[in-house]
Order: sequence, then structure tokens, then C-alpha cells
Amino acid sequence: MSKKSFRQAINEALRQEMRRDPRVILMGEDVAGGAGAPGDDDAWGGVLGVTKGLVGEFGRERVLDTPLSESAYIGAAAGAAATGLRPVAELMFVDFMGVCFDQIFNQAAKFRYMFGGHAVTPLVIRMMYGAGFRAASQHSQCLYPIFTHIPGLKVVIPSSAYEAKGLLIQAIRDDDPVIFMENKVLYDQEEEVPDESYTIPFGEANLTREGSDVTIVGIGRMVQIANAAADALAKQGISCTVIDPRTTSPLDTGSILDSVEETGRLVIVDEASPRCNMATDISALVAQEAFGALRAPIRMVCPPHVPVPFAPNLEDLYVPDAARVEAAVRAVMQYAGKQGARA
Amino acid sequence: MQLNREDLLRAYRTMRLIRDFEERLHVEFATGEIPGFVHLYAGEEASAAGVCMHLGDKDHIASTHRGHGHCIAKGCDVSGMMNEIYGRKDGLCGGKGGSMHIADISKGMLGANGIVGGGPPLICGAALTAKVLKTGGVAIAFLGDGASNQGTTLESYNLASIWKLPAVFVVEDNGYAESTAASYAVAGSQSDRAKGFGMPSQVVDGFDFFAVHEAAGAAIERARAGEGPSLIHVQLSRYYGHFEGDGMTYRGPGEVDRLRADVDCLKRFRTKVTEAALLEASELDAIDRAVADQIDTSVRTAKSAPPPTEADLLTDVYVAY
Repeated sequence: MSKKSFRQAINEALRQEMRRDPRVILMGEDVAGGAGAPGDDDAWGGVLGVTKGLVGEFGRERVLDTPLSESAYIGAAAGAAATGLRPVAELMFVDFMGVCFDQIFNQAAKFRYMFGGHAVTPLVIRMMYGAGFRAASQHSQCLYPIFTHIPGLKVVIPSSAYEAKGLLIQAIRDDDPVIFMENKVLYDQEEEVPDESYTIPFGEANLTREGSDVTIVGIGRMVQIANAAADALAKQGISCTVIDPRTTSPLDTGSILDSVEETGRLVIVDEASPRCNMATDISALVAQEAFGALRAPIRMVCPPHVPVPFAPNLEDLYVPDAARVEAAVRAVMQYAGKQGARA
Repeated sequence: MQLNREDLLRAYRTMRLIRDFEERLHVEFATGEIPGFVHLYAGEEASAAGVCMHLGDKDHIASTHRGHGHCIAKGCDVSGMMNEIYGRKDGLCGGKGGSMHIADISKGMLGANGIVGGGPPLICGAALTAKVLKTGGVAIAFLGDGASNQGTTLESYNLASIWKLPAVFVVEDNGYAESTAASYAVAGSQSDRAKGFGMPSQVVDGFDFFAVHEAAGAAIERARAGEGPSLIHVQLSRYYGHFEGDGMTYRGPGEVDRLRADVDCLKRFRTKVTEAALLEASELDAIDRAVADQIDTSVRTAKSAPPPTEADLLTDVYVAY
């Protein structure tokens, strides 16, 4: 056990799995960097240095720098997965899904069903997501709801370094196509992470805080925002459960429903655009399955329905923060029912 | 690769099987019993047969929406295919794929594909697997003149070239992308495109099995030797529409009749091998009869085969979830 950053945790997961299984390969733009260039061989190790050092240990046959050609190499990763390798492809920013989405949702995701259960496609596609980097509209989106929508894909969104390592090892060992989403704001955050290899199963939520008044579900980095809000609210006498679903597909609906049955109040914090995101999905789930337990309307804390802005003051307004979560929790606590309808 | 008697019989049998399969589907589709829609490969048989003769199970192909011929040539079970096209539980894909998604991974057949241009990137991946795991395999992307204009295809030419992948791109140019002529929609030439990516290419008469076979042999041998990808531009035509039900009003008067009379790949094969006394006409007749029986049986079986059960709706989405 030692302190490791989110970035180091991911690097260590990749290194340990590549040592364990020679079929695991990495591919993506600049995952090593410097291919064919006169300077350093491991020049970048990924655009933010996440895969640094891996080409030195595993060589360019297993750490493949690709051209800027996402359709070809994401598709190649799918084809390689269907024929015997276990590729980990890096898309860099989720925003680039637009130029290769067919290979993800029409090809890799559907092989198994279309081919009657005879295909196995152990593919991981890693990508960065999230605002807060002053990276503007085309490098800051969340977009995991789009992947979550597709049957055949699994979608993993780690909320911390410890979570990232265990979930990535699980993803690489998984036999289905997995979308692995890394919030770039988290890369330098450190926490205690075991040195040895470990897995965290998909579809099992983590309760990061346990309380009796309000259930807060957070997605990815928003788990940390939810924790901060819960800690502040605890000092004000409001006790919250915070749920990190870890994976949006599969989704641990049981843990969410059980918690809402206890608290009767639900706030969902989702950094994705507010229409058809995880917050609306979980709201629909709870409205349908736990309506009777609700003591207040569900509150969703999401960005506004606008692209991610560039100007720092606008971007800061855009991303949900702990203050907004606290306000939402106080609102559901203060809800007194329709006038006259409830005592 | 020299073709011996057995090879010639096998080649003829493959082409005849594809032809009868497609001609029969043309008839059966009109009855309304086949769900969805089908895209027939009749007329193009020499391409699938000529290329796939060089391949074994460790080699992979990716096909197109017009995929029945590639499936048969790659060794997929014909009755399993017919069942699949009828949407039956015993189909190759359990009735969940249909005509446009027939696949048999165990035979190295990575699927027909409903997305034009969907296959070439996948083939780069299959070729990468062969290269990394040193299986000695090659990977072939069949694509049409329509798909030759997709970015996925051009990106794949580049990726396969820079990684020197054991891949071959077979452009089956039947002259029409749906109803739009290749002469209108394709700028430059297929071989110039290959040249632009540093790939060797050959232009081949797609009605001539022997020409396709020879060109594919050279390209596949080159790929197996680790010398990188190639492109084969196969010029051929289809006897039916883009899909069944297509009135083909965009085609010239008598165009298909002339093709059938003048350049048909099965007729040309028969003439060539019998005139050269490589095979007896009676041997080919025997294949015709056996294939007709096989197709008959597969259609009869498929018509009476049970559909998937209600429970099958929910299975095979994930290995585990």
C-alpha cells in the first residue's frame, strides 16, 4: 500500500495486466509517443502521461502508437479482440467518439448478440472525460450516458485512484467490451492504493458515506463533490448516504433502491448534460420502483443544457459543485408536500 | 498456387453453391416468407471463391451486406445460413443476426455487415492479432465500390500500410452503390488509391475465377510473408438489385441479360476447364445436381425449423452482466 495518483493507479493496472497476460496490448494516439520521430522514444506516454514507461517494458509490438485515425484503430481494436487479443485502446478524449462511434456501437457492442452468442470481444476503450480543464466544448464532455444506452457495452466510471486500479484490472479481465472513463481533473489526486493487483466487480455500488436522511448518488468525480457536501451537511445535522455506482452499465439498482427505501429522499449529482443522463435514468428507476418511499421530489444536480464553455468563470458556473448539492439536499429536507396534502 | 483436379472441383462447387443459394433466395423472398431484406451476390461468385480458396480457418474475412457468397466460400454451413436467413433458432446466429449479420467466428468469418465500410477496420484488427500472436494468418476485407468511399476504408489502408499488416483489401466493384454508379461516385481509381498508401494493387476481371484466384494468391502470399497489405480491384457485376425488390430502373436495358449470356463466371469456368480437358462436363453436372439437392434440403429444413424462443430475446448480449 502506498500513496498513488489516479494516473499512477491506472498505469500500474495496465502494467500488471500486461505482465500477467501477453494478449493484452495498448493502442492509441501517442500512448508511447515519438514513434518515428528523431527525439525521445517514450516521448509522451499518453497525452497526459498515463501510459508513460509502458513501451520501455513491453516494446512497440504491444504498445502501439496509432495515426490520428480513430475509426481505423478503434475498429482494429474490436477486430483484434474478436480474434484473440485483449486490446486496451485509448480514445484520448471522449469527445472524439464522434469520429469512430460506428466501430464501438454497431460493431464491437453488437457482435455477441448478432452472432448468436458465439463472439467474445474482450476490448477496453479508455478515454478522458469531464470539465474543469479550461478545454472548452470539444474536450470536456461526459457522454457516458450515450455509451450506457447501448446494449452490449459496459461502462465504468471510477471516482478515485483506488477505484480506478481495481476497476481497470476488472475491465481488462472482462470478456465484454468495456468503456473506461477517466475524469482528467482527478489524474493528480492521490490516495492509498495497494501495490498488488486487485479487482473491483462491476455492478456493485460503493457507499462512501452512510446516513439516514438523504441518499445522494454521484457519478465519477461527482462522488467527491457529493462526499464534500455530505460532510458539510453532517455538521448541520443532516445525515446523507452517498452512493458511487462505479459502473453505469451494469447499474447496481438494488443499492440505490434499498437506500431510498430507508431515507425517502434522493439527490443525484451528474456532470453529464441534463437531458437523458444518468440522473434522469436513476430518477425514472426510483420513481417507478420506490415511489411509495419518496418523501420529497427527486432532485437532479446537473450542468445546464449548454455546451461546456471556455471562459473560466463560465466553466466554474457550469460544473456542479458541493454548494449546489448542499442546496439540493436542504431543499428535499425542507420539502413539506403540496400545500394541504401532507401534514 | 497450381490448381489440381480437386481444387477445380471445389472451386466450381463453391461458385455453384453460391449461385443456387442466391437464385433460390430470389424465388423464396418473393413468397414473403423471408423476414427483412436480402442483398444477393449472384454474378459475383468468382470473387469470393477465387479469394477464399487460399484461406483456412486461421485466416479471417470481413464481409459486407452482400455477404452470402463470402460466407459460403469461407466454409460456413449452408443449412445454418439458410436457417439464419429465415430467422430460425438453429441458424448460424440463433436467428438474431439475419442475412446482414451472418457470421461464423470458428470459420474465421467475422460477419456480414450492415454498415457499409464497417469491415476494413475490423480486418486491420484481425491482421494485428495474426501479427502479434504470430499465427501465420491473414485477414481479408471484402468491400464494395460504395464502401471504397468510406473514411473507415481509407483509414484502414493507411493503418494496414504503416503497420505492415497481413491484410488484403478486395474491392468488389459491381458498378453500383445502391443505385448510384461508381463512375459518378468514385474519384480517381481504386488502384491509384492503393498507390497513394504505398500498397501494391491489381485490377482483375471478376467474371474470371482464374484471374481472381491468381491475383488473390499473390496478395495473400505477400501478406503471409510479412510484406504488408495489398488491394485487389475486382471488376464484376450483380445480377439482381441492391436488395430484393429493387426494380433496377437505373440499369441499362438488357444489361443483366447480356452479362448472364456473355460473361457469366460459372459458364466461363465450365467452358475453360472442359475445353482444356481438365474436368469432364459430367463431373460438373454431378456437382450441379448435388448442389441443387443441398439447397432444396436447406430451404425445406429452414421453412419448417422452429423460431427462437421467447427466452432467447434476452440472452447473448454479454458474456456476463
